[in-house]
Amino acid sequence: MNLSLLIILPLVTAIILLFCKGLKQVRTVSLIGSVAQLVLSFTLLSNYWQERSSGNTAKMLFESNYTWFKPLNINYHIGVDGISIAMILLTAFVVVAGVLVSWTTEKLSKEFFFLLIFLSVGAYGFFISLDLFTLFFFLEVAVIPKFLLIGIWGSGKKEYSAMKLALMLMAGSALVFVGLAGLYFNTGTFDIMALSQMQIAVDVQKFFFPFAFIGFGIFTALFPFHTWVPDGHSSAPTAASMFLAGISMKLGGYGCLRVATFLMPDAAHAYSGIIILLATIAIIYGAFATMMQKDLKYINAYSSVSHCGFVLLGIGMLTKTSINGAVLQMVSHGLMTALFFAAIGMIYSRTHTREVAKLGGLLKVTPFISTVFVIAGFASLGLPGLSGFVAEMTIFMSSWQNPDKMYRLATILACASIVVTAVYILRAAGKTVMGPISDSYVKLTDATWNEKLAAGLLIAGILVIGIAPFLINQLINPGTETIMQQLGKVIIP
Amino acid sequence: MNNLILLVPLLPFIGFLVNGLFRKSLSKTMTGVIGSGVILAAFAISIYLFLQVRSGGAIPTSVYFDFINIDKLNVQFAFQVDQLSSLFLLIITGIGFLIHLYSTAYMHEEKPEHFARYFAYLNLFVFSMLLLVMGANFVIMFIGWEGVGLCSYLLIGFWFKNTNYNYAAKKAFVMNRIGDLGFLLAIFWIIAKLGTSNYADVFASVKSFTPAELTGITMLLFVGAMGKSAQIPLYTWLPDAMAGPTPVSALIHAATMVTAGIYMIARSNIMYTIAPFTSHFVAIIGLATAIFAATIALKQNDIKKVLAYSTVSQLGYMFLGLGVGAYTGAVFHVMTHAFFKALLFLGAGSVIHAMHHEQDIRNMGGLKKYMPITHITFLLGCLAIAGVPPFSGFFSKDEILVGAYNENPLYYYIGLAGALMTAFYMFRLYALTFLGKFRGTHEQQHHLHESPSAITFPLIVLAILSVFGGLLGIPALFAENAHSLEKWLDPIFAGSHEYTTAHHLEHSTEWMMMGVSTLLIVVIIVFAWRSFSRKERFEENKGFGKVLENKWYVDELYDNIIVKPLNGLAGFFKDVFEKNIVDGAVNGVGRLVQYSSRQVRLLQNGQVGSYILVMVLSLIVIVLLFREQTVIVSALRKIF
Repeated sequence: MNLSLLIILPLVTAIILLFCKGLKQVRTVSLIGSVAQLVLSFTLLSNYWQERSSGNTAKMLFESNYTWFKPLNINYHIGVDGISIAMILLTAFVVVAGVLVSWTTEKLSKEFFFLLIFLSVGAYGFFISLDLFTLFFFLEVAVIPKFLLIGIWGSGKKEYSAMKLALMLMAGSALVFVGLAGLYFNTGTFDIMALSQMQIAVDVQKFFFPFAFIGFGIFTALFPFHTWVPDGHSSAPTAASMFLAGISMKLGGYGCLRVATFLMPDAAHAYSGIIILLATIAIIYGAFATMMQKDLKYINAYSSVSHCGFVLLGIGMLTKTSINGAVLQMVSHGLMTALFFAAIGMIYSRTHTREVAKLGGLLKVTPFISTVFVIAGFASLGLPGLSGFVAEMTIFMSSWQNPDKMYRLATILACASIVVTAVYILRAAGKTVMGPISDSYVKLTDATWNEKLAAGLLIAGILVIGIAPFLINQLINPGTETIMQQLGKVIIP
Repeated sequence: MNNLILLVPLLPFIGFLVNGLFRKSLSKTMTGVIGSGVILAAFAISIYLFLQVRSGGAIPTSVYFDFINIDKLNVQFAFQVDQLSSLFLLIITGIGFLIHLYSTAYMHEEKPEHFARYFAYLNLFVFSMLLLVMGANFVIMFIGWEGVGLCSYLLIGFWFKNTNYNYAAKKAFVMNRIGDLGFLLAIFWIIAKLGTSNYADVFASVKSFTPAELTGITMLLFVGAMGKSAQIPLYTWLPDAMAGPTPVSALIHAATMVTAGIYMIARSNIMYTIAPFTSHFVAIIGLATAIFAATIALKQNDIKKVLAYSTVSQLGYMFLGLGVGAYTGAVFHVMTHAFFKALLFLGAGSVIHAMHHEQDIRNMGGLKKYMPITHITFLLGCLAIAGVPPFSGFFSKDEILVGAYNENPLYYYIGLAGALMTAFYMFRLYALTFLGKFRGTHEQQHHLHESPSAITFPLIVLAILSVFGGLLGIPALFAENAHSLEKWLDPIFAGSHEYTTAHHLEHSTEWMMMGVSTLLIVVIIVFAWRSFSRKERFEENKGFGKVLENKWYVDELYDNIIVKPLNGLAGFFKDVFEKNIVDGAVNGVGRLVQYSSRQVRLLQNGQVGSYILVMVLSLIVIVLLFREQTVIVSALRKIF
């Protein structure tokens, strides 16, 4: 299977979009293109299973390697393992759903869909890269469109938010670049698999790990570098919010795992205490900061800060179970936060407000949208049967397995956030979809087919993970095994 | 057999899906038939399973798939049908069916869509409750545990347009979540220690826990039980939960869900038996709750609130039983309580139905004449809960109190005081509702009627069970080996016998205790009957009565010491910390960049010479950086 298809397909779709005229053509092409991506990702999944079941135990599958820039030893080296496939599937789901909820974007529709599709090029490229330079290149590809999406199609203080987001993510990229360059100049290669075979001096690791980890961490709302999240999300148009929280924040988590932790295992051990500390703060702080928010998007954005804290907590714990949990949480959070933003977008497009206090009683007039909203909320508060429960459960259980008192304390604090989450989710749900309805909303119409489809797709993903988590565990297990081997090399003094 | 067992929870789940997805197209009759039918079918299978267990002992665990399997973490999706769970299966599906049937009449005023939504939720509840008791490990129990919490939330807030109801629903969920936190930590602890949470494995290796670990785990589990089973300090959600439709209160908030905590501790009895500290704690909390809730019930005027506080109080007795090691007594009381409390709630529902949603007993009275079946069955329920022999509540409560006496006579006396209060407030409720003259409006009086047979049939069945249910546990005092429940549950509690010494009271003592308590209860009943059957005027409560009427102001207390400070903290994070400190730093960096770029701009003075100079200098620096990187790195390393 040629992995480059994952980049070529959206790229071709984007180019075709440039020649389209009118919203109808544009959205049809986008939908076809994004569904093709979804089909392609499932093909990838089934090919992956075939390879694995036929006894292929290679760490990376479907590798290909082309020289890109010889003098600096930069290669276009791609390949996937279960973790990347999980992220690719997530991306494909969110892209289709994102296209569907943007179905009626009138303003500069061609440019809008072009940027959306173009964003996915960056995401896919990032997830399949096995060369640090290529990886960095795609990371940047994924940042620029977001700036434009927010700046042009956004709402509220969109210029400020777009600028803040772009600058903070750029700062993150700069830090990442320092980290990558550090690895390169100490080893002479950008190749991830080659790097993983080398013994990089512990001092070098310790010096460059913070750059890479904090850099990627900014993408995934590492405390205290999270403030781009609420402003960025709330100003972004619906599909862009879905992409931001569903995919972009996962670029960071994936980078922390694949680059920082995997390539610099000694440093990962050395800094794990700090990571856990920051992650725990993010979880608790994010949850409390959400409690009094008044805008639905701010609620979901701050709750994302809290939920992405779980990802970092899982990574920081450095056990097989915890890293499995972190990946699970990335996928789970990607799906449920995209669903939440989709539901908020549907509500906003009808009521023209996102303020909790002004909403109410929507269950009566828009039962479908309200149900979606409530399901997203329950996924977010970790209700069993939905994906959030399994992911959080795995992370907590693994972190409790460490008998150290500080780790236990961190687990208890992080776990306590489930109560706070329940408070803010139910407050939002209670005030938005329940309660008395205001006269101005009595005539609202319920979801259209495209919105139903988008929500249905994401809910299906959430349910599958929630009910049969072993499916995704089996997928990502070999990948985490690879990372564990790397971490196992470390001799802990 | 595995498939048959799977069918028990699956049937209600199918009912949920059908009623939930097709709620707009199904007629009310269809909805009712599907909703009740699946539960009836599950009940039939449960009877079969029960008989299987009776003839062949516990059915081997049915494993379906690995729910989570990573490294040292293995959670199987597995069910276990043994003596304890098969008993609970009968209670859940049996009473569940009666309440579904009752609901078809009670909820008939709802629009078809909402009618179907109601049945979908109710089916989902039964499904979750079945998961809870059938799961073969703590994780599956927890899944059911959260599931019933969800359904409780959805059903309390069923009439979602009312803001107060939503508030009550939210309060229930959040308070349960606090308990769930404890439960979860206990599960983590068990799994971290043993790598599994299967009951069989955990109970077989209890000895590998240190006493401290065991105390910690059992305490955390009990925190979970406090939330779900409404014990001090997490009980305040249950009375508010009465906002839901009355059949829901009967099923969820009296007969089944709230007894989940008792199920959990009875299931893990071995862990509690060898953790004496926790057992004492459970007994004390149970006793305190039993008394405290009973005092509040004395002064409530809402028919459902009286029953709600009575439920809290009765649950307290069950925990007292668990805490003193009278496990059979506690499970016995779960069963009899399910009968008579479901009966009382359904009776109350029948009254509320006839009174057009009036719930204040001060506006009732004399209903005996208009609703004969409701009246008789309600009276039987009151006699059962008050503990008058030979009604069911007498036997189960007596067994718990005898157990308490063996542990500490003081527990017995306090428990007895609570039982007397129970008799008083129940007969106050009965007399004010059914005796005397009607005190409501003429409009209401005009419409008074006995309820339809879908409502009275469940009342009659439950009344029969409330009267005779106690015969399953006849104490040794009356006849040796007549306690069939004890024999039935023996395999479950056998492990604990090893660690406990059996107490046997002198028969004379036991006769005396029984006689005195019965006499006192009868005196109290007569007193309450006489005081309230002709009551016409109601004065404002003053002094202590007012404190009781206002539930000891516990809600206000929680509001001031917990809710407000936490909201304040959240507000501080949102408005002060986030805005000024975190964002302030970000914006500050932005301003710094702007400022320094204004300074750097001066470099670009338009003279080619200076550009070249800067360029050359930079090149030199970069080349040096690359060439001497090891030197620089080591220099930097020294700095950091």
